[in-house]
Amino acid sequence: MVPSVLFAIFAGVLVLSALGVIIARNPVHSALLLILCFFTSAVLWLLLEAEFLALVLVLVYVGAVMVLFLFVIMMLDVNVTRMREGFTRYAPLGAIVSGIIILQLAGAIWLRSGLPAAEPLTPREAGHSNTRELGAVLYTEHVYAFELAAFILLLAIIAAIMLTLRQRPGLKVQDVSAQVKVQRKDRVRLVKMDAEKDS
Amino acid sequence: MMNELVSDLSAVRAEAFLAAGICVLLLFDLFIRDRHRDLTYALAMLLLAGTGWLAATAGGDGRVLAFGGSVVVDPLARVLKVAAALAMAVVFLYSRPWLRERQLFRGEYYVLGLFALLGILVIISGHSFLVIYLGLEMLSLALYALVVYDRDSPIGAESGMKYFVLGAIASGTLLYGMSIVYGFSGTLNLGELREYAAGLDGVPVFLLVGLGFMLSGIAFKFGAVPFHMWVPDVYQGAPTSVSLLIATAPKLASIALVIRLVAEALPELLVTWQVILMTLAVLSLLIGNIVAIAQTNIKRMLAYSAIAHVGFILLGVATGTTAGVEAAVFYSIVYVVAAAGAFGIIMLLSSRGAEADQLDDFRGLSQRSPWFALMMLLLMASMIGIPPLAGFYAKWIVLLALVEAGAVWLALFAVLMSVVGAFYYLRVIRLMYFDELPGGAPVQAPGDFRLVLSINALLALALGLFPGPLMDLCTGLLG
Amino acid sequence: MNWPAGLEQALPEWALTTLTSLVQIGVVCLVLILSVAFLTYFERKVIGFMQNRMGPNRVGPRGLLQPFADVIKLLMKEVIVPSSANRFLFVIAPVLSIAPALAAWAVMPLFPGFVIADIDAALLYVLALTSMGVYGVILAGWASNSKYALLGAMRSAAQIIAYEIAMGFALVGVLMAGGSLNLGAIVEAQAGGPLSWFWLPLFPLFIVYFVSGVAETNRAPFDVAEGESEIVAGFHVEYSGVAFAVFFLAEYANMILIAALTAVLFLGGWTSPFAGSMFSFLDGSVLEFLRASGLHWLALKTAFFLFCFLWFRATFPRYRYDQIMRLGWKVFIPVTIVWIFVEGVMVVLGVGPWSS
Repeated sequence: MVPSVLFAIFAGVLVLSALGVIIARNPVHSALLLILCFFTSAVLWLLLEAEFLALVLVLVYVGAVMVLFLFVIMMLDVNVTRMREGFTRYAPLGAIVSGIIILQLAGAIWLRSGLPAAEPLTPREAGHSNTRELGAVLYTEHVYAFELAAFILLLAIIAAIMLTLRQRPGLKVQDVSAQVKVQRKDRVRLVKMDAEKDS
Repeated sequence: MMNELVSDLSAVRAEAFLAAGICVLLLFDLFIRDRHRDLTYALAMLLLAGTGWLAATAGGDGRVLAFGGSVVVDPLARVLKVAAALAMAVVFLYSRPWLRERQLFRGEYYVLGLFALLGILVIISGHSFLVIYLGLEMLSLALYALVVYDRDSPIGAESGMKYFVLGAIASGTLLYGMSIVYGFSGTLNLGELREYAAGLDGVPVFLLVGLGFMLSGIAFKFGAVPFHMWVPDVYQGAPTSVSLLIATAPKLASIALVIRLVAEALPELLVTWQVILMTLAVLSLLIGNIVAIAQTNIKRMLAYSAIAHVGFILLGVATGTTAGVEAAVFYSIVYVVAAAGAFGIIMLLSSRGAEADQLDDFRGLSQRSPWFALMMLLLMASMIGIPPLAGFYAKWIVLLALVEAGAVWLALFAVLMSVVGAFYYLRVIRLMYFDELPGGAPVQAPGDFRLVLSINALLALALGLFPGPLMDLCTGLLG
Repeated sequence: MNWPAGLEQALPEWALTTLTSLVQIGVVCLVLILSVAFLTYFERKVIGFMQNRMGPNRVGPRGLLQPFADVIKLLMKEVIVPSSANRFLFVIAPVLSIAPALAAWAVMPLFPGFVIADIDAALLYVLALTSMGVYGVILAGWASNSKYALLGAMRSAAQIIAYEIAMGFALVGVLMAGGSLNLGAIVEAQAGGPLSWFWLPLFPLFIVYFVSGVAETNRAPFDVAEGESEIVAGFHVEYSGVAFAVFFLAEYANMILIAALTAVLFLGGWTSPFAGSMFSFLDGSVLEFLRASGLHWLALKTAFFLFCFLWFRATFPRYRYDQIMRLGWKVFIPVTIVWIFVEGVMVVLGVGPWSS
């Protein structure tokens, strides 16, 4: 009973905040509502006893990705009115496309309803570690895909650095390693002088 | 457990070798000076040779499944992988003088190129949605970065942006389709999907929906009409060495993508996807050939010609017969040979600081360099499909497969479109032989470039005269 | 927890569980807030002594009531919401910054056998919650509609992202050593005196974790988000009264959290430093109580790290912004990755205290 009430509450919040993401006029509000979306979906996963996925969703999306998102949105002064200019022109096309997708999905769901329902999930005992289980699958059966994903990330890093790293001539920057390497003799010269005497 | 892992790894040894090699290359390139950059190139070539050899020998002669059925090594994989490694080697070789002249000769080109190849290999061997998608993303990401490789070129940035945005949508579409199919079949594995589809009675709507989304994603990656908008812009906007790369090896991945996801995984739904593929093919042939006529930029022209050739390749797959699929593979390899040669000639003609990407740049080539004019003549003739060149044989077997499959009208349409297409290829030949270019300087290029380019063009002739060996390779692909 | 028998019969089980949890949460929060209050006093005293001053000594005996005076002062002040600020976000930002700092205590093993929520993925939970704290700062900076505040928020966001990665990697090392994500299990894995605590085999990770913790809490020398000399007071420049007090509370609660976590993850939490066999001569003597584990050890260890926080503040000049980024990305992250690799080799070879 309690889980289904919780599910109803969080699913409701999720749907409402997802709606808010696309309705909100201010991009910062959209981003914040998106964070709420991620958070509530994490809670839904928790209800399914997928605690690893839930916490990683919060950690990665809420804790890192959305922070950068907000960062960019706040830095760029997005001109919302200009972006909305073409809205009425493209709205019919968008409506048609989304209508088709909804119809297709509805058809698919309707068709699925004839199939046998999925078996209810059996809850695990308290000490069950879902993280350990995921790790066991990830590093054996799916190790190929896992490593490929790692290489994609490496590629993304290389591509991003290649596109952004450029040394402009005449830029005033400090070379930290040069600063660290500096020796006393480079900076200080001790001069021996005879004391001046009042004559 | 351990033995299983070893045998799994041995199935993907080409990929593993290449991945490890990329890391080595990356670190190596970091520590050498600019004037020693040739060493990076040499190392990349060595990696390609090793990858090609490992790919050719992986999995023995048969069909091996690895990693719980998510990777397959079969004759198709071996042929396409070796072809892709070779194509990439040719791309690197052609690009070197071109990049050097434009101060673009950096290690990243090779790293990204090898990453693209890694993605191609992964797609070719992919036997589950997950692996195929990861391979596709790797390939696409490497290509997005390569298109904007010349950061100071505004047209490059523009085309890169278009490619990236459209490509992201296409990836989303593909993924959406995959997720729908997964949601109903409950498997990501293509082998299990095939069994699932075999157990169905009738064609369910949901599979159609998923398949439709997947095919649109594939069509985009392939550059088939109506998902072709990025092709001309990217071919024109990217640095020529990158256009060359995009025009060659990724096409082999695309054909593998179609075969794996559609022809191999869902033969039960032939009736359904046949219609979709044929529509795509007809539109591609029509738009590609007709719009190509209006182009004045040869890179753009080759882009539209690529779209038209994709139409032919899709026709082969759409037959659904073994002969058709084999013909499609043969066709794509022949097309890659011709496209590599054509872009090679463009790079040969472009001199320091000036591009030779206008059709007018080919004026009077027969006087400036009779040999390479002849080579270009061979390549163009192969693309038209004039006997006895390879293009003719490739078109011939596709048409044969079509007729055998009962699609005579489609075959006639394809022939008609080839005749239309002949017009713009012949125009290049006319410009080279019958027009004058006042003050044209003789063509200069390093020896290895000239040699390989000549071999490349002559290959288009040789494969037409003696199609047997390649045809043998392409038969029995699907086991 | 034992309830009176009458209550136990009168209420259903779920209500009793809820009530127990609420009481536990209430007690922990109350103690925390009191600790924050005295931490501010402690800070002023410590820094005062380091700078050869007296520190607060007027309110109450030796100035002990100073924190209450401060709180009352702040409560009396008006909360000013700047014109054209985003009112809702402006008000909610301090709450967002304190909530994670308090919520993370739910999984903290306070003494043997006691933790409010004994969940399996506690380490991830802590990491997820500490990464949420940044929203308070970002929103405060943005909602204030002030350039200084926005600059502070931006700096803070970039900094927290950079250091969170190093922190996460350091935690991966702890997880490998402890063999569990549960903080209680991690503490138990460290049983047996200072030599079997994780600080020794994971020394680089320990240092990285604690320094990243200092950076995550925006404390000196990483306090560019406030940077009085550059951007006035950074993200909370527009806050006054209670709203400011809540930010203040959050910062100190976060410090206590990081200090306690460092103690739990690397210094054996509630285990006694005299627990090892080399101190077995204490058995039967008057000092035997030293060998017992308990909350007091955790408190002492936490207090030590809190002292380090204050010590750093009194000692180091503020890092320049690019130096902070460099330290995070180019020093800490590589160090943690290398050490995780070393640790993997150690686990495989059976070297180290956890290999038994």
